[in-house]
Amino acid sequence: MQAVLAPLRSVAGAAGRVALDLVDAPMRALQRVLGVPRIGWMFVGPNLVILGLFTFLPIVIDFYYALTAGVQLYPSQRPYAGLGNFATLFECRSYLDPSSCNKDLFWRAVYNTAEFALLQVGLMVLFALVTALVLNRRILGRGFWRGVFFYPVLLSPVVVALIWKWVLQRYGVLNAVLAAGGAPPVEWLTDSHWAFFWVVFVSIWAHMGFYTLILLAGLQAIPPDLYEAAEMDAASPWRRLTRITLPLLMPSLVVVLVLGLIRAVQVFDEVFVLTGGGPGSATTFIVQFIYMTGFAEAIRQYGLAAAASLVLAVSLLLLTLVQLRISRRSVAGPAGRDHA
Amino acid sequence: MNARSLQPILALAAMAVAAGTLGAEIRVACYSDGNECAVTQDLAKRFEAQNPDVKVIIDTVPYKAIVEQLPVQLAAGEGPDIARVTDLGGLSKFYLDITPYVKDPKYWEANFGQTLKWLRPSPTDKGIYGMMTQLTVTGPFVNKTLFEQAKVPLPGPKATWDEWADATRKVAKATQTPYAMAFDRSGHRFAGAAISMGARIFDAKGNLVIDDGFRTMAKKFYDWNRDGTMPKEVWGGVGGNTYRDAFEEFANARIVLYLSGSWQISRMDKQIGRNFDWIAVPDPCGPAACTGIPGGAAFVALKRTKSPKEVGRFLDFLASEPVYAEYMARTENIPAHAGVARKGVDYKVSPAARAALDVFVADVPNLSPIAYAIQGYKYNRALFNPTAARLGQAIVGEISLDDALKRIASDIDEQVKAAQK
Repeated sequence: MQAVLAPLRSVAGAAGRVALDLVDAPMRALQRVLGVPRIGWMFVGPNLVILGLFTFLPIVIDFYYALTAGVQLYPSQRPYAGLGNFATLFECRSYLDPSSCNKDLFWRAVYNTAEFALLQVGLMVLFALVTALVLNRRILGRGFWRGVFFYPVLLSPVVVALIWKWVLQRYGVLNAVLAAGGAPPVEWLTDSHWAFFWVVFVSIWAHMGFYTLILLAGLQAIPPDLYEAAEMDAASPWRRLTRITLPLLMPSLVVVLVLGLIRAVQVFDEVFVLTGGGPGSATTFIVQFIYMTGFAEAIRQYGLAAAASLVLAVSLLLLTLVQLRISRRSVAGPAGRDHA
Repeated sequence: MNARSLQPILALAAMAVAAGTLGAEIRVACYSDGNECAVTQDLAKRFEAQNPDVKVIIDTVPYKAIVEQLPVQLAAGEGPDIARVTDLGGLSKFYLDITPYVKDPKYWEANFGQTLKWLRPSPTDKGIYGMMTQLTVTGPFVNKTLFEQAKVPLPGPKATWDEWADATRKVAKATQTPYAMAFDRSGHRFAGAAISMGARIFDAKGNLVIDDGFRTMAKKFYDWNRDGTMPKEVWGGVGGNTYRDAFEEFANARIVLYLSGSWQISRMDKQIGRNFDWIAVPDPCGPAACTGIPGGAAFVALKRTKSPKEVGRFLDFLASEPVYAEYMARTENIPAHAGVARKGVDYKVSPAARAALDVFVADVPNLSPIAYAIQGYKYNRALFNPTAARLGQAIVGEISLDDALKRIASDIDEQVKAAQK
């Protein structure tokens, strides 16, 4: 066997050297032309081109569309509108009353998104934390339970929404169960309050597993000797939770909180399939407003949709800056500040 | 180099030339209400047999793709060569005039004259842009079995909306059916009933307007949804202008009367079958008319095509009298072709479907001129979409009916202005 492999290895080695020489020669020539400091651009260039084409160019185009009006798709055919689209979005007698706004649906979407983000993220972080704490203990079938909680994360949002729609619609599974118990059917998806509740519930159900996993990893990184020392000092379980677990879990909690918030502000697909934004506009969120304005209306107002998407981008940017600031602070900690 | 060694090269060159000059390919984006795309596929094979230089590819797509994705594709200069569309006037700027490519433009005028204008970008235009693959009429279907069980007589052909509401409520109560009536969640369906109630739809200058007739129907419709005559989940269950039909509710005998349209006949026939007796009835009346809205889907030629001659030839084939008659018979649709309509279509359908088709065909002469006008109006969706969105909001109690009507008016104004920029 060795006798067969040895020549093969030497052939492969020789081929590799030839290939490297082939690359080496032009690279050396290029380095002579460009100079050592500039050769780095050769390596980052392709990535910069991709980033520029698929990230920065769309941002520039988005700005351009936000500053133009009409229904034409080609930029050259769109008349300049200045800040007209933003003025239309922000034209309100009172920002606290969406009905008083020119684009009432935009403001309803803004308020719905804010309410959804606060409720969904707050509850999800709480449930994910409790679940992670339980799954971190030595319970029977721990691996199985971890799988159970993570499973919904693997499903497509559309599949999640369709499953729950099947459960919640008027003649769905849940009302069938109620009817079997002699109770009248409930309008789970046509009553505004119930629909909002279920949108939050389904979103938590679908995404909690991912955040539980992050927190579980954070819990497992806490050195066990701290708990042993606390136990020797007869610290109560509550004290161990508040003085050891939560402070040391804080970096993971911050990540979960900010990632969850960003995701909640961007919510669209599963809600769109589950409720279509209804009843009325009770579950219409900002991304759906952008989609409807730009693509689902017969008369497509790309400029207005682009302006709304810039408003969304600014709020996401703020959230990201908050995340960076908090995570820097939590990574540095009091000791970090001392060093600084 | 001898002649034998040249043979393979010559053969390859010949094939390349053949592929370049003979292999025109046409892509058709088709959505189905029933079996339209399957039948088109069959007919395309026959066309290909007669025209070996043309390959026709039928891409069956969901209706949502036609409504939401196709306009964006077309605006970007992309898309198929032919598409089956329902926004007839709204997409007209993307249509290709096939007059130079059809054998006899006069044949098209004589047989499709009434509907060709729906596809034209302006009233003065005389181009041929495609052909209606069906003529639809909105109208109600009724669960006759429930009427018989309730021993309530069916209202007559000139019955009003109020009479139908009373009768169906009695039937629903007697048979413990959850709801009396339902409309598809569509401003298009609502518009027919509104015109019957006296809505003029257009003002003297030809602009869309929300008038007393429209308000009267909106109030009735709102009340029917709020008092349980209609299921709130159809119009209130989703948001925005999302389309939702009430077919499932009707097919499961959960409503007595269902306002939809002639395109549902094939689905009724196949899915309800003999579960109960269903019939189509003439459009209920209001003080102004007893009308539904005409409409339908059209195969249109698109400007971006690189094979205009072949596109014209294929549409000419589909529009020819025997092919069109076969298409109507197999898809169970009402013909838009005057000659085929005059001779009658040999529908191979059940007696129930046949009777329903007869009712819709007989309803065509009763359609209001306003109904034709709104169907042919380029920005008709500026009325239809806000109607669904805003009345939906009012029905679930998010805004008052008055506010909904004001919002419909302002949405129309904003959208038409945006479109004209």
